[in-house]
Amino acid sequence: MRYLPLTDTDRQDMLAKIGASTIDDLFVDVPEVARLDGPIRGLPMHASEMAVERHMKALAAKNLVAGEVPFFLGAGAYRHHVPASVDTIIQRGEFLTAYTPYQPEIAQGTLQMLFEFQTQVARLYGCAVANASLYDGSTACWEAVAMATRVTKRKRAVLSGALHPHYAQVVKTMAHFTGDTIADALPSITSDPELTGLIGRIDEETACVVVQYPDILGRIADLAPIAEAAHAKGALLVVVNTEPVALGAIKAPGEMGADIVVGEGQSLGVGLQFGGPYLGLFAVRDPKHVRQMPGRLCGETTDAEGKRAFVLTLSTREQHIRREKATSNICTNSGLCALAFTVHMTLLGEKGLRELAAENHRLACLAADRLAKVPGVEVLNNAFFNEFTLMLGGKPAREIIRDLADRGVLGGVSLGRLYPGVEALEHALLVAVTETTTEEDIERLATELEAAIKETV
Amino acid sequence: MRYYTDEHEWIEVEGDIATVGITDYAQGQLGDIVFVELPEVGAMIEQGKDAAVVESVKAASDVYAPITGEITEVNPALEEDPALVNSAPEDGGWFFKMTIADAGELDGLMDEDGYKAFLEGL
Amino acid sequence: MNAPNKSGWKPEMQVAESGFLGGPVTTTGNRGLMLEEPLLFEIGRADVTGVDLPEVDASAPTRLGGLERSDAIGLVGLTEPETVRHYTRLSRQNYGIDLGFFPLGSCTMKHNPRLNEKMARLPGFADIHPLAPQSSVQGALEVIHQLGHWLCTLTGMPAVAMSPKAGAHGELCGILAIRAAHEARGDAREVVLVPESAHGTNPATAAFAGYRVEDIPATPEGRVDVAALKARLGPDVAGVMITNPNTCGLFEKDFREIADAVHAAGGYVYCDGANFNAIVGKVRPGDLGVDAMHINLHKTFSTPHGGGGPGSGPVVLSEALAPFAPLPFIRQGESGEFYLVEEENREERGPSFGRMTAFHGQMGMFTRALTYILSHGADGLKQVAEDAVLNANYILRSMEDILDAPFAGSGPCMHEALFSDSNFAAGLSTLDVAKGLIDEGYHPMTVYFPLVVHGAMLVEPTETESKAAIDQFIAAFRGVAERALAGDEALKQAPYYSPRRRLDEAAAARKPKLAYEG
Repeated sequence: MRYLPLTDTDRQDMLAKIGASTIDDLFVDVPEVARLDGPIRGLPMHASEMAVERHMKALAAKNLVAGEVPFFLGAGAYRHHVPASVDTIIQRGEFLTAYTPYQPEIAQGTLQMLFEFQTQVARLYGCAVANASLYDGSTACWEAVAMATRVTKRKRAVLSGALHPHYAQVVKTMAHFTGDTIADALPSITSDPELTGLIGRIDEETACVVVQYPDILGRIADLAPIAEAAHAKGALLVVVNTEPVALGAIKAPGEMGADIVVGEGQSLGVGLQFGGPYLGLFAVRDPKHVRQMPGRLCGETTDAEGKRAFVLTLSTREQHIRREKATSNICTNSGLCALAFTVHMTLLGEKGLRELAAENHRLACLAADRLAKVPGVEVLNNAFFNEFTLMLGGKPAREIIRDLADRGVLGGVSLGRLYPGVEALEHALLVAVTETTTEEDIERLATELEAAIKETV
Repeated sequence: MRYYTDEHEWIEVEGDIATVGITDYAQGQLGDIVFVELPEVGAMIEQGKDAAVVESVKAASDVYAPITGEITEVNPALEEDPALVNSAPEDGGWFFKMTIADAGELDGLMDEDGYKAFLEGL
Repeated sequence: MNAPNKSGWKPEMQVAESGFLGGPVTTTGNRGLMLEEPLLFEIGRADVTGVDLPEVDASAPTRLGGLERSDAIGLVGLTEPETVRHYTRLSRQNYGIDLGFFPLGSCTMKHNPRLNEKMARLPGFADIHPLAPQSSVQGALEVIHQLGHWLCTLTGMPAVAMSPKAGAHGELCGILAIRAAHEARGDAREVVLVPESAHGTNPATAAFAGYRVEDIPATPEGRVDVAALKARLGPDVAGVMITNPNTCGLFEKDFREIADAVHAAGGYVYCDGANFNAIVGKVRPGDLGVDAMHINLHKTFSTPHGGGGPGSGPVVLSEALAPFAPLPFIRQGESGEFYLVEEENREERGPSFGRMTAFHGQMGMFTRALTYILSHGADGLKQVAEDAVLNANYILRSMEDILDAPFAGSGPCMHEALFSDSNFAAGLSTLDVAKGLIDEGYHPMTVYFPLVVHGAMLVEPTETESKAAIDQFIAAFRGVAERALAGDEALKQAPYYSPRRRLDEAAAARKPKLAYEG
């Protein structure tokens, strides 16, 4: 077995040293009834690299690869070009095979990288402090709600109807068990996000109001009025962002008064990966809230020779010390994805991020204009970044999507899949455009969409 | 008059106000104090309930209210300089002041000699 | 015993106050190949980029609703060569499994096979969208299904929830399933019992799920006190969370008896599967009466730790808890096609407690774990457990003559060996030994955990070490331990030879500096 260095001679020598005659002597504490007498039945025996590769490649071949067809899916996961050097760096064994940096003297690589990551995220979000990452955007969203209940000592969260429905589901699942109340709603099908109603739902019992920016329909709106309304009632504003590239073009949530900004960082460095692992981003605008934050934090200090060094800090918030009183039960972060994000962001820099955002927006505008010309199709959004909603004139979006897939076009995400059973949203299609989209892809989508609509009753 | 608890807190009673902190022994056990979370002024806290949290680098310990009462003042110096708890635990490193709802509760606490004997028994 | 290092370098070559190995101070602060590296924000510039994109056309029309970001973001960039060098230099300040033996107890730092990495990067897995039409991602759904099948077979459990993102998330999944099962029968229970020796996530998870946590004491042999546990069971106890093999490195031999008692009292049994590597292919937790157990794919199934994640924590479930598993989950239709059960499949979702994460779980980890499992097969996985346990016992018996091994008398250990600081000279601590091992070129073992042993040192060698590598470690560990027993004051300043010396952690926490300023 290629991964197991002990030889049979080694094993015999070691058993002799231990004073055991067979390996099973070391398993004496396992009750007889629970001990298996041979390899588990029903599973194959070990296999060579070649054989395993053959098996895995056959499975991979059954999937339609995004990069091989015109591709327009988004809704919380975006396909961007990842520079080649990102993967080279994250595959360095010193990063890939390191543990959580609990021994800082021999983990400065990971720690300095996390410090750079925290700084990049804080600046991108317009916040003071970001943590070293969480599992993904949806779990970060719940952690933000939980943090808001700790800060305000209130137990009710108001969710915007235009928050990603999966994120809302995660929040509701968790709140059911913590005893918090979640007030959610369906998205309004309007050209601009409907904020008046949301503001009206904030009251003196509200711990936080949660708004997505850009929202699930791709719309964007100034959040300052909501921040003001929330703060007037003593509530916090939580802003969720699922597309960090957008923040190279539009105002940072922190600038508009958001207290906690969370999001999905997958767009930069991580790739689609069928949904995971992704990268939860979490930041606070006011440094006084740092001790209520979940997750790991890396801070700067000095070593015994006075040299600058980095270390995980404020760890008394965490489960391994506070146990049942911890701010969260989370143990890991998403370290390697954070590294990928940081390397990609370093390659972009301020200039590259702004250019990337502008290119996404340029192509999205082009696509919106072209698709609006397809008979029976309307673009819902007034404003958008790289994703917008098409209304298909009464045609069921799910069927259209399947039809497009059969025609070799991955045409978007149907809102019917995200909001099952909500009739008003069955005819809405979410289309995302990034720098990886070509003008030919857009033309192809327009042509095939027109044909699919014609053929769908 | 100064009293002590078996949770290593001291209580200095002056008139109808008690000042509370942790003992030199306690700060020695905790090591470098990095943060103290203090109660809100005006809070009513029952004897034995959580009143404050004192954190070192690798540990967080709850500080219990030694008696029942209302918090009247917290030590503002600890926010800027939590190391005061290490350098002056029974003096400038005090945590909070509180009213004495039931003077009878003081009878259950130790005096200085009693606490010394208690420490020797540990 | 032979010196572990034949290069001529000797530990007694002390660090001079002013430099390294008594040598001169360098202009750069570098020490040969040990290179200092500034922060990104000290070397990058706002107008530099390592990606070629069209320049921003300020005159192009936008549809951003008047929300253009006009102020500087504060980011800086580097070109590709500078970026590669910056992070390569940083990487060299890290210890990793690829560099050396990494005996971190309870963390299972085994070799990460590179075939796993290669397979996870196949475009058919890496470049597919979680919301793509299910007909276009049948192979991906099949990967999740196959891995789930293996995990169920290896654990002897009927069902598995694949979406939890990490071990602690898996724990939460299991505890929420337990709570949902109690709620479904209108049985409000308030207490979860957790042994003192448990990992901190156990009480944190139970508390998060709304339970009150009560400790169960350990016996002097390092196992759960069964009598105390049984005495505490009652109508208010929702369940127990027990790690098996436990964090003292011992198999809980009364697990079945505990499980039966918990079930008889109407509770459920959560098993923390962090230490599954010791028994994979040898023992099926399902045979011990487990209701839920998370499996850290980054431990037993070799997905990389990545400097702190991402992990993956699928949870196997008993018949009783399976209906409450979180959304989404995968089913196979009559014609063989795979499909996701999500919010919309109202009838099929049953009493599921809901969704824990946006998509379907850590797909990138599933492909790696499945690759690992197929490589080892049923026979290889059994050998994994046997070699991991053999290596740990070998270390235990090679050290117990000089270090206190509190439970060595309880019989063989499983995959990790536990020592205490009880015979160190006054003033020397477990931390000093850990830092001394850094100078010897090792990542230290887990220290001060489990809490039930004073100055605990928990050593987990894993199965992917050669006997020569283990013998070298033993020689180094003995050397450092002897210095601790003899009261060598120099150990208190260790490490001397790492990229950084001991850090001022109190200063970091008193005045937190968590982002670059300037």
